Amino acid sequence: MSNRLSKLGRLIDRTKQVTFSFNGTTMRGFAGDTLASALLANDQMMMGRSFKYHRPRGVVASGAEEPNALVGLGEGSTFEPNQRATTTELFDGLKAQSQNHWPNLDFDIGAVNTHLARFLPAGFYYKMFIHPQPFWKHVYEPFIRKSAGLGKAPETETRDADTYEHFYAFPDVLIIGGGVAGLQAAKAAALTGVKVLLVEQTGHWGGRAPVDGGTIDNGPVDKFVEQIVAELQAMENVAMRLRCMGAGIYDHGYALGYERLTDHAPHAAGPRHRLWRIRAKQIMTATGAIERPLSFAGNDVPGVMLASAMRDYVVNWGVTPGERVVVATNNDDAYRTAITLKNAGIDVLRILDARASGGGALADEARALGIRVDPGKAIAKVSGGKRVKKVSICNQEGIGGARDEVTCDAVAMSGGWSPVVHLWSHCGGKLIWDEAQAHFRPDPDRPPLGADGAGFVSAAGSANGALALGEVLSDANAVGLSAAKAAGGKAKRPKAPVGESTAETPMEPVWLMPANADTPLRMKSWLDFQNDVKVSDVQLAAREGYESVEHTKRYTTLGMATDQGKLSNINGLAILADSLNAEIPQVGTTTFRPPYTPISMGAIGGEARGEVFQPIRRTPMHDWHDRNGADWEPVGHWRRTYAYVRPGETVEAAVNREVKNTRENLGLLDASTLGKLIVKGPDAGRFLDMMYTNMMSTLKPGKCRYGLMCSENGFLIDDGVVARINEDTWLCHTTTGGAERIHGHMEEWLQTEWWDWKVYVANVTEQYAQVAVVGPNARKVLEKLGGMDVSKEALPFMEWRDGQIGGFDCRAYRISFSGELSYEIAIPASQGQAFWDALMEAGKEFGVMPYGTECLHILRAEKGFIMIGDETDGTVIPQDLGLHWALSKKKEDFLGKRAQQRSHMADPDRWKLVGLETVDGSVLPDGAYAVGEGTNANGQRNMIGRVTSTYYSANLGRGIAMGLVKHGPDRMGEVIEFPGTDGKSYKAKIVDPVFYDKDGEKQNV
Amino acid sequence: MSEPISALNGARAEGIAIIEELGLQGMITLRGDQGDKGLAKAATSATGQKMPGQRRANLADDSGLCWMSPDELLVLVPYAEVEAKLAEMVKALGPSHALAVNVSDARAVLRVSGDHAREVMAKLAPVDLSAEAFEPGDFRRTRLAQVAAAFWMEEDGSFRIICFRSVAEYVFNLLKIAAQPGSEVGAF
Amino acid sequence: MLILHCPYCGVDAEETELHAGGEAHVKRFGPGSDDDQFHDYLFMRENPRGVHFERWQHANGCGKWFHAARCTATLEVFGTYPAQTTEPPQEICDAITAKRPGWTWREFS
Repeated sequence: MSNRLSKLGRLIDRTKQVTFSFNGTTMRGFAGDTLASALLANDQMMMGRSFKYHRPRGVVASGAEEPNALVGLGEGSTFEPNQRATTTELFDGLKAQSQNHWPNLDFDIGAVNTHLARFLPAGFYYKMFIHPQPFWKHVYEPFIRKSAGLGKAPETETRDADTYEHFYAFPDVLIIGGGVAGLQAAKAAALTGVKVLLVEQTGHWGGRAPVDGGTIDNGPVDKFVEQIVAELQAMENVAMRLRCMGAGIYDHGYALGYERLTDHAPHAAGPRHRLWRIRAKQIMTATGAIERPLSFAGNDVPGVMLASAMRDYVVNWGVTPGERVVVATNNDDAYRTAITLKNAGIDVLRILDARASGGGALADEARALGIRVDPGKAIAKVSGGKRVKKVSICNQEGIGGARDEVTCDAVAMSGGWSPVVHLWSHCGGKLIWDEAQAHFRPDPDRPPLGADGAGFVSAAGSANGALALGEVLSDANAVGLSAAKAAGGKAKRPKAPVGESTAETPMEPVWLMPANADTPLRMKSWLDFQNDVKVSDVQLAAREGYESVEHTKRYTTLGMATDQGKLSNINGLAILADSLNAEIPQVGTTTFRPPYTPISMGAIGGEARGEVFQPIRRTPMHDWHDRNGADWEPVGHWRRTYAYVRPGETVEAAVNREVKNTRENLGLLDASTLGKLIVKGPDAGRFLDMMYTNMMSTLKPGKCRYGLMCSENGFLIDDGVVARINEDTWLCHTTTGGAERIHGHMEEWLQTEWWDWKVYVANVTEQYAQVAVVGPNARKVLEKLGGMDVSKEALPFMEWRDGQIGGFDCRAYRISFSGELSYEIAIPASQGQAFWDALMEAGKEFGVMPYGTECLHILRAEKGFIMIGDETDGTVIPQDLGLHWALSKKKEDFLGKRAQQRSHMADPDRWKLVGLETVDGSVLPDGAYAVGEGTNANGQRNMIGRVTSTYYSANLGRGIAMGLVKHGPDRMGEVIEFPGTDGKSYKAKIVDPVFYDKDGEKQNV
Repeated sequence: MSEPISALNGARAEGIAIIEELGLQGMITLRGDQGDKGLAKAATSATGQKMPGQRRANLADDSGLCWMSPDELLVLVPYAEVEAKLAEMVKALGPSHALAVNVSDARAVLRVSGDHAREVMAKLAPVDLSAEAFEPGDFRRTRLAQVAAAFWMEEDGSFRIICFRSVAEYVFNLLKIAAQPGSEVGAF
Repeated sequence: MLILHCPYCGVDAEETELHAGGEAHVKRFGPGSDDDQFHDYLFMRENPRGVHFERWQHANGCGKWFHAARCTATLEVFGTYPAQTTEPPQEICDAITAKRPGWTWREFS
């Protein structure tokens, strides 16, 4: 059984007991435990079931590489699936539940899959679910969806209760990894004077060196770590962050750090995670190395663990995974585990060293402790269901016969070490194959390149392939110094500390144990624990022609999901290479992509949730609208009132009321969102003549003109009323949400094409609140407020004047988007609410009502006025909309003119704007298409037009619509058919688009 | 005219820094050639401040000049004087090619102050805000989370932020969240 | 995520402050141009693996448009320069030649 030892445990505080629960059972651990170490201390070796076959699985590693021990953490609004028990720091009240089983961890129905394993080979899904096609939707899809997905998604109704944030940091040198290499590299870099940021993913400094033993400068490693951390903390140019993982490295020195602030202290104030958005001149990856498992039958039985992990549990947390242990290895390092266990009082039954020559000095040390060492031996098979029961031993060379059996409860395995090259590789760093260590390591000659074309990432320590303690420190010192110099540091030559550890004899690659294991053994030899991929699956993929490692990955799922094959990659591609009779470096690795381990969606989103999910733009009268029943409509980032709904009223009824009242009495519209651009300069007229299809240079000061804007492609992009302010100044109105876009459009042409033209543009949209005062009583209310003369004579249609109304400084435009007598009054934004209040008060006797955007739309549609975004969709030209009158024929050039001469633009078959009147008075469905004769090449009915705007007009008591119809203007009176998505067909007559007051008498009074 | 109302009417929040909306500030966008002596004279005499260098702000109280781009200055004057100052500047500029326009009401001004002001700003702007990189008088146009903004640092280490009036509430809320209790970074 | 130096305000701006504006040095053809010229002006763009010239705007910043010469394969930036020009300045061409001898792009080399 696994249990807590009475001594050891350098990271735990035995005076602080912590209570937590696993699958509802209350358990106890110590402060400093991880969830995994605490579970082991409670003899909970089995921590979950596997994804595909639901096999019992225990913890196999002690850090970020853990594939098996994934749990759901928390509950309700704090629940999160797929959290690694090995990196979860224990806290009082932690609640964890295991995954991939039903009804419970011990008894699981899905475990039947393991007996069906022979029917679920690699590529099973691809092979099984391809025929027959009619099964895709209703048979296969539900089945696949049910079996897909690792862990359990949070309840749909819950919302994450935590907050998150970003932080922008600009160190000269970023060092990822706070083991002895990262610490020494940081010191070497910091001594040159550069700004250093050192991040470490776990909650403590020093990495695994203190566990592995050896000495630094003749003292214990722990002491060295303590000293160098204190030194670095005292340096002003060094920032150090624990629980901050280097998640990814990107172009031009960009890197992400994922800092977990309160995961270990859930009641602390502040954000849960902080995403560091780091821009560094140089980045060093001191990310260490990960031990590889060995591929033998039953290597996934709970109790089989990486040798280094077993050592970690004993030394760091005072926990042993078993009492009778067998060690299998192909290198000397695993002997350290055997020695550590033995010294802790645990029985080490055998060390099976696959190398015929056995180990070196460490082997001698083990033998001296009385441990039996068997060179040339291998594990044929591990037996046991939910726990290791016995190990069958065979010769490494062979197919696994002639077995000797040992009863035991844990197995430590080591297949050698692979540098963590993920971060090096994220941004294009290349790898070389190190024959001696049988691993890929960073190729220093082919680093990721920065903005200046030089390398900006370097690897240090065991991440660079330097595995012995002495090499780790000297390498880190040298790399730290050279990176600092590249980042502008002043050269100093700090002496590297001297690290000493027992010399090791060379490892020998072992990709399969025993070397020629027969089929039954290979079908139980797991490569990828998380995705249940076996040696036999990769071999099958190779036989079926998957030669590219990227294809094999997708076909077998090797190296997918949350661990991205941190343990399985090298073993898997070694098997693939062997099956293809190729060398490992020829097969290569799959692509390493960020993040290194999964990061929370919350951290990615940062502060952007709830009230600041996106910016909401508010006019000066926003709060008034809100208090007065506004049903909001998003227009760009603006919020505009769709309709002012009174208590007991439907939105529809409110719209109809507003429509009738504005035509009959008086309506007020908050038009503040319309863009307002000042264009000034000696060349402003000439410039606006290029921007607009109309002639703007001839407009007289004091007058207004409606203008159209096209892109260079000829398509309509905006419209609005232009007012000439004085000899060299114009004010251009844009659509709501068009202000920034059109301002940018003007600046782009001025800066990049006509930079010698003397024109300045300023966006003054928000300087003004603008109120449209509309209806037969519009003039009366303004006259009642008093001030400037707003009579027909003093302020005729399509003119503007500056003055005062009701004591407010204002600019009054006599323009109309409704066909009614209408003024748009611009006042300073800080006066907007007061002016609105004054109008509402004065307007009472004239039947004033505010109206919203839907009423605005209906009024303009009744008049046949187009709306950018309704009648236009980026493919519509003014000619399509019958706006020929707005296209200047006198101008040689304007944006879009040449494009509109292209043959397709002049095609008489283009769909043209018409009015549409349903035969029965109903409302046409928005966006409906009109069908004509015949079918197209796909057998679909030919389309001859579509609805662009459609409303119920309360004034006319019927549905009205506009649409684009092929040869439309030539087909007046014809009835065409619009099939709806509701199964009905709508018939509508083609009519003139002006439905109301065709002669424009009402607006011109 | 009635009493002018700023976007947030003096809203205030406190966490690891103090966030305040400061009320209306007179602001004039001045576009023109900064090398032109007439333009420089119009700007400096309206504010009593020297022309600012690239990405700098020269300010005292409610008056000053901020460098917006090679052909744009933001002229700060007391709100009550903005129309008079604008008229004065337009007159001083005469017929030269320049554009001066009142944008006081188009903007909101916020202040972030306290020991952690730099950190609060560095959570929202992709700008190096360490003491070595950003000093009092430095002026920066950038973004705060999802909206454009400009800010400068005062002598006391506080930041003044200018954003569009319509997003004042968004920016205020951003700053309030970035300054939430317990969110100290300890980076500066 | 790229960093480009804005030649107007002097900021080394990260990509979130910038707006990409496509190829640089495209010559405008308006009324009077023939169909092929206009078609090429509107639609035909270089798509090189290597040296490329682009337009960028410091949108969340000083608002100015500038040009960048960079390598599309390695993302190395050879230099940035103001947009008020119809051809890359000599010092930019020299900087590219130093790193990519023999480069050509449209009519430039």
